[in-house]
Amino acid sequence: MVSANNELAYNTKIEGDIVVTRADAVINWLRSSSVWPMPMGLACCAIELMGVAAARFDIARFGAEVFRFSPRQADCMIVAGTVTYKMAPHVRRIYDQMAEPKWVIAMGACASSGGMYRSYATLQGVDQIVPVDVYISGCPPRPEALLDALMKLQSKIKKEPSSSALLTSA
Amino acid sequence: MTAPADVTAAFQAKFPQATSRPSGDHPAFNLPVAEVHAALKYLRDEAAHDFLVDVTAIDNGVDASPRFTVIWHVYSTTRHGYVRLAADCASDENPVAPTVSDLWPTANWHERETYDLLGVKFENHPDLRRILMWEGYPYHPLRKDFPLAGIQTPLPDIEVAELTKASVKPAPMAGGPFVASSGEMNLTDAEPRAKDESWTERHEKPAPTSE
Ligand code: SF4
Repeated sequence: MVSANNELAYNTKIEGDIVVTRADAVINWLRSSSVWPMPMGLACCAIELMGVAAARFDIARFGAEVFRFSPRQADCMIVAGTVTYKMAPHVRRIYDQMAEPKWVIAMGACASSGGMYRSYATLQGVDQIVPVDVYISGCPPRPEALLDALMKLQSKIKKEPSSSALLTSA
Repeated sequence: MTAPADVTAAFQAKFPQATSRPSGDHPAFNLPVAEVHAALKYLRDEAAHDFLVDVTAIDNGVDASPRFTVIWHVYSTTRHGYVRLAADCASDENPVAPTVSDLWPTANWHERETYDLLGVKFENHPDLRRILMWEGYPYHPLRKDFPLAGIQTPLPDIEVAELTKASVKPAPMAGGPFVASSGEMNLTDAEPRAKDESWTERHEKPAPTSE
């Protein structure tokens, strides 16, 4: 995080002061604390994805409650479900439409590996189409597992060299 | 509930070429494919079998002739009985059957599915496109000569295929397919299992021994 706050209560002397930190730390803190998901709900796993957004599991605690159905406004595609070969190009196109920086979570056995669908119709893992950051096992995974994956993604984002990437990409 | 005896008797009187088809449940008839449309129209309009439950087809095997048999199920919502009709397609390479989408609009998608998965063409269908596989897919996957794992083909979208270098590949079967034991009351024993685990991607499937 930005700085350790050892104050027990509100301290007027700190307010308005300068905080010294690294650009990476600030950028990554901002990014990791507001990962807006793109719900790529394609099968049964999407039900657990809905569960994780609702009050009981409440993904809002991690700043990721703003599910965007427009890829332009999303940061993290959560592929929740079975990806058929017919659907695979559309998944890739939606991923291409998301603005950088972007991440992908493959939720469940189907998205990770084709799952139990060893058949002519099913893509055997969404990582053949898009780069995946976090895989979640389970059929379907519990909502807690998705929260765990989100926390893993957050810690991954916090290690990214964001400022140098910003400077070199321009 | 099965169709009342008077329905089947009247049907056979009207269509003398219909022969009774072995059936474990409801009355079933084999009849020439040319008569199917008239027979279904008769069942709908004069025998009160007003609900088309299903249209599908059977692939009797690569070497069988007739290879394809199209099946229709109709149900009477007033008399509560089913009737099943079956008709062999004349051609084994290009099976053709008449559409009944003019009698029941619901037949439209059933026939598209049968065309997609088994390659039976329905004559006079208003829009006979694939419904599950994508347009341009070269196979009919429920035919007996199509392997469950699939056959390598390009992805439906050329741009994405170039970008990702991905293609439709045969799925790794890993000793499968995995089959559940039906009728098993112990759920642990009923779990889907590979019935033959002696082969994987690395070990070829052993040649069948002649016994
Ligand atoms: S992993 Fe299981 S629950 Fe998830 S989409 Fe596949 S079959 Fe459904």
